[in-house]
Amino acid sequence: MTIVLENLDLVVRAFATTLVLFAVSAVLSVVGGTLLAAMRVGPVAVLRAAGATYVSLVRNTPLLLVLLFFRFAAPKIGITYDVIDLTFGGVNLDNLFTAAVVALSVYTSAFVCEALRSGINAVPLGQAEAARAIGLPFGGVMRQVILPQAVRASVPPLASVLIALLKNTTVAGAFGVFEAFARMRSFTNDDPTQRYGVFLTFALLFVVLVLAVSFVANRLERRWRVA
Amino acid sequence: MRFTRNRAVLATAGLALALSACGGNAGEESGTSSDVDAVENAADNFEDGTKMKELAEAGEITVGVKFDQPGLGFKDAASDVPTGFDVEVAKLIVAALGIDPESDKVTWEETVSDNREPYLQSDRVDLVLASYSITPERRQIVGQTGPYLLTGQQVLVKADSDVTGIADLKGKKVCAAQGSTSLENIEAEGAVPTPADNYSQCTDDVLNGNVDAVSTDGSILLGLAAQNEGELKVVGEPFSEERIGVGYSKDTPEMCEFINETLQKSFDDGSWAEAFEATLGGEDVETPEPPKLDDCQA
Repeated sequence: MTIVLENLDLVVRAFATTLVLFAVSAVLSVVGGTLLAAMRVGPVAVLRAAGATYVSLVRNTPLLLVLLFFRFAAPKIGITYDVIDLTFGGVNLDNLFTAAVVALSVYTSAFVCEALRSGINAVPLGQAEAARAIGLPFGGVMRQVILPQAVRASVPPLASVLIALLKNTTVAGAFGVFEAFARMRSFTNDDPTQRYGVFLTFALLFVVLVLAVSFVANRLERRWRVA
Repeated sequence: MRFTRNRAVLATAGLALALSACGGNAGEESGTSSDVDAVENAADNFEDGTKMKELAEAGEITVGVKFDQPGLGFKDAASDVPTGFDVEVAKLIVAALGIDPESDKVTWEETVSDNREPYLQSDRVDLVLASYSITPERRQIVGQTGPYLLTGQQVLVKADSDVTGIADLKGKKVCAAQGSTSLENIEAEGAVPTPADNYSQCTDDVLNGNVDAVSTDGSILLGLAAQNEGELKVVGEPFSEERIGVGYSKDTPEMCEFINETLQKSFDDGSWAEAFEATLGGEDVETPEPPKLDDCQA
């Protein structure tokens, strides 16, 4: 325990890295997942097939493989992620961070897509037909009629997907991003006598973060509940 | 890529040959040493109730070594027995217990940085020789003695790099195994610590240009450089001191004297130097003086 308290700044920095990694990947996955869901329920057969292929390919691949691919295979074919190299507040946003964001977003998008699709399927077909009947194009039907209702129904599964993403960020610790899990490992190596205290502290901090995500989801669910 | 891999296989095979040659088994002509010949009736040399007696009588031992550090402890998919300096020193100790180190009475268990203490505490391994640096914190929960090797942390960069040492790498990404002391030292030197699962991942990252350098014990880096000859080089003076020792369970403090005696004997009769030359040594590498052993604590 004392090692955690003595190095509080390092712990804060590590969890800040975890949270930035989570936030950026979450936004990208939700955007990507929404597009994928639209492709999968849309009227264009090619896009439907493409969306379905993406989901079955990515969702059936272990996250570790996806990360390995983007981290080690991609640079070999010239994708080096040299788009950003910033450091603020001890959080390094560099090529390795970008690679982790890309991999986590690619992976999580598939799950977001399916969570949203479950919501879309929960909207009665009549809603879409009525929207079409008043002359809305596909984009309009989705944006103004289906998605607002679908998102409500999707909040609980989406929350699960995002919680999984938050915990999945720890995998990036083995791929060059110095986030909470990597910091925990360096503490347990530094002072093996405090191993259990360090484990418990970090586990507890993750529980707190997940509780925060669940809390937000809970609030949204309540606010958007159909009267 | 294919070419380097073949070379690595060849190098490993060569190393294995060199090792078996210095093993000095009966019938081979190396003759100069008997370092890995088991002591006969070793159990008689130990007092009743000691761990050494127990191991010698059982005739079996489990040793924790690393599998991913060429030159120290390395095992490729094709071989049964790991190779490297840690392994050679382990063989000397095992032989002193009367167990044939080349036989299947010795179980080589992979220990990574994180599980060395738990494995010792739960008696899953009897000894740990896994580039295990001696630290006061570790000594609180496991027994450590030695050192049998002194190394310092250096830097491995691409062969065409201008970097001459850790000082040139401030603010640059430097890779080391997750949760290792090396990673801490990198941070202390002002470089950006970049954790990886193991050192081959680090090497890959340097070759791909994802990170600027790898930094850990010089002996490990030499092994990695040898695997990627012409593409990587080791630079700079050592900027930390690691004292590599033997780990044993804290429940069996009598092991300390025994290990120290065995190590001291190998320092004196040259088998230590021989093990060094066979693994970490090379044309350009001078065999160092054996380090001074710590006294056993009470």
